[in-house]
Amino acid sequence: MMADTAVLAAQVPAVEGKVRPGDAALAARLDALDLPRGGFTRAAREDAAQRLQAMGLPGARDEYWRYTDPAPFNAARPEPVEFGADASTLFTGIERLNLVFVDGRFDAAASDVLDVEGVEIESLAAAEAAADHWAAGLYGRLETAGQVPVKRPFAVLNTLAAAEGVLIRVTGKVERPVHITYRRSAPDADVYLHHVVKLEEGAELTLLESGAIGARSNVVIEADLGRGARFHHISAKRANDPKLGLGHIFARVAAEALFKSFSLSVNGSMMRNEAVIEIAGDDAVAHIAAAVLGDGDTGRFHHDDTVFVTHAAERCESRQVFKKVLKNGAEGIFQGKILVKPGAQKTDGYQISQGLLLDEGSQFLAKPELEIYADDVKCSHGSTTGALDETALFYLRSRGVPKERAIVLLVLSFLADALDEIEDQRLRDDILGRLEDWLTARAGNSATA
Amino acid sequence: MLEIKNLHVKLEDEDKQILKGVDLTVPAGEVHAIMGPNGSGKSTLSYVLSGRDGYEVTGGEATLDGESLLEMEPEERAAAGLFLAFQYPVEIPGVGNMTFLRTAVNAQRKARGEEELSSADFLKLIRQKAATLKIDSEVLKRPVNVGFSGGEKKRNEILQMAMLEPSMCILDETDSGLDVDAMRLVAEGVNALRSPDRAFLVITHYQRLLDHIKPDVVHIMADGRIVRTGGPELALEVEQNGYGDLLAEVG
Repeated sequence: MMADTAVLAAQVPAVEGKVRPGDAALAARLDALDLPRGGFTRAAREDAAQRLQAMGLPGARDEYWRYTDPAPFNAARPEPVEFGADASTLFTGIERLNLVFVDGRFDAAASDVLDVEGVEIESLAAAEAAADHWAAGLYGRLETAGQVPVKRPFAVLNTLAAAEGVLIRVTGKVERPVHITYRRSAPDADVYLHHVVKLEEGAELTLLESGAIGARSNVVIEADLGRGARFHHISAKRANDPKLGLGHIFARVAAEALFKSFSLSVNGSMMRNEAVIEIAGDDAVAHIAAAVLGDGDTGRFHHDDTVFVTHAAERCESRQVFKKVLKNGAEGIFQGKILVKPGAQKTDGYQISQGLLLDEGSQFLAKPELEIYADDVKCSHGSTTGALDETALFYLRSRGVPKERAIVLLVLSFLADALDEIEDQRLRDDILGRLEDWLTARAGNSATA
Repeated sequence: MLEIKNLHVKLEDEDKQILKGVDLTVPAGEVHAIMGPNGSGKSTLSYVLSGRDGYEVTGGEATLDGESLLEMEPEERAAAGLFLAFQYPVEIPGVGNMTFLRTAVNAQRKARGEEELSSADFLKLIRQKAATLKIDSEVLKRPVNVGFSGGEKKRNEILQMAMLEPSMCILDETDSGLDVDAMRLVAEGVNALRSPDRAFLVITHYQRLLDHIKPDVVHIMADGRIVRTGGPELALEVEQNGYGDLLAEVG
């Protein structure tokens, strides 16, 4: 059934009576895609097609796209880009279940056997034919819910266009993390992946993502956490990989559940990651953190984190920790919002975004927002942009630590709060080690600076 | 050991002369103290010797064992044997005290062409030195100076000194912010490091630190110059009469 592709959008008439400026672009955008017909996801895809027609693609004037130009994501096709061999060994020393995607296609031969106690796991394409699939009511559901109050057209496009992804349903406490490894093959791969994760009551899962997805990627994760479930998500895309990347994570967190997501970005071209978290049940916890390092000397670097956390229940905690280290004209963006709905009393919301500018040509832009409709809450946010602390640098050097090494230590010091959001020490050490190696290698390269 | 001749220093960004011809010689094995009123240039001298940015040397020279210090990077000065114990030790969140010290010790060893210390040897050494300074092993695991009490910060400075084994140690107002017991601990740490191959320059406002770290020579600094030099009795004189009389005398 999956091989049977059709241009779904063609079945959907354009909005009656008027032609908007973006319609031609959207038509061209959809025309360039092989839209899957879908099996159990067909209704969701048809719905997405309609929603996208009504919504259109974002334009440069769109307030939500004020700091990031959507044009490269609106283009019908990505520019082909050269990329090197992938020698990354991130997470490979950890006992895990590895799933490999090459240019967005599941590679069963390169993956582990999908057999883990307490987990149902399969690729989206393989599951489409199933008559009565558990993910039928979920695929596209959190994405749709996440369109209010801000429209996220690229996530709708993903629901419509993604032929592949991973479907994971967890019923127990899974010790072994599920690791999605991305690999690139074609220089112009335009990749759409849609992962659905469902944690039943009390279930636990760690999901890891690493590697290089494609020349342009659009990845959606929908995570539905049942009561008391614990979900840890760590994403570390391949360093120095020239790419256009769009990511959305939509999560719904039920009572007493815990959601923690951390992402690491090290160089690359242009990325926008959106996180839309709804804390739906009492006493739940949601943390989202990112460590970003961008050096513009290898090409443009633009990294946008856009976060929307909704508190819709009592006594919940949310925490956003975003740290960006920028150099040589690199641009870091953070748009973060905490919405506390009426009745979400005793909310504890926290948000920090910080930019460390290693030279004068880089910039960090932050737009923190709080919107609170309950009267007994504790919410705080902070945002800073600054250079390296000269006193600390001198302190380290006065102890004999060479300048380049001292800068590495201070950059790691700056990122520490974000890395501390990774609970599992093995995973944290793995990420930290990778980061340190990269920084040290870079420091060596720019020893003349 | 340390030789400073006619050193003139101004602020880099401002037209303000801080040191106006400092002459000072500290031979190996000796402890010299520098006392002086606020703004006399004591801390500037320690910063210029250790290579902090923001100062411009407009004249004179400073050598350590015959090697000119002023052209060296701060880390090169450290590897050459210079150590500055900070008045306000810097907090570095996210960098473990142990990692920091091991990086420093091995960087210096490497710079001197010596073999780096193995993890095991380093651990053994630091545990032993920390114990003599009564530094809790928990403190070693914490990020550098983060959440340390005033006393812990200063003892941590002395621990770094003990690990790095410099030949020339400068202590910049190490007594500030310390209670009597903490000061005694710090002083004991310093005294344990006294040796014929090592010299100390102790910068302080008050005589009381010098009760615990007995100096061989005391210098009085005022308005960017050493205006008097004498024995330990000079410190007592300052304690009793203040700087006013002394400075009036020098005119």
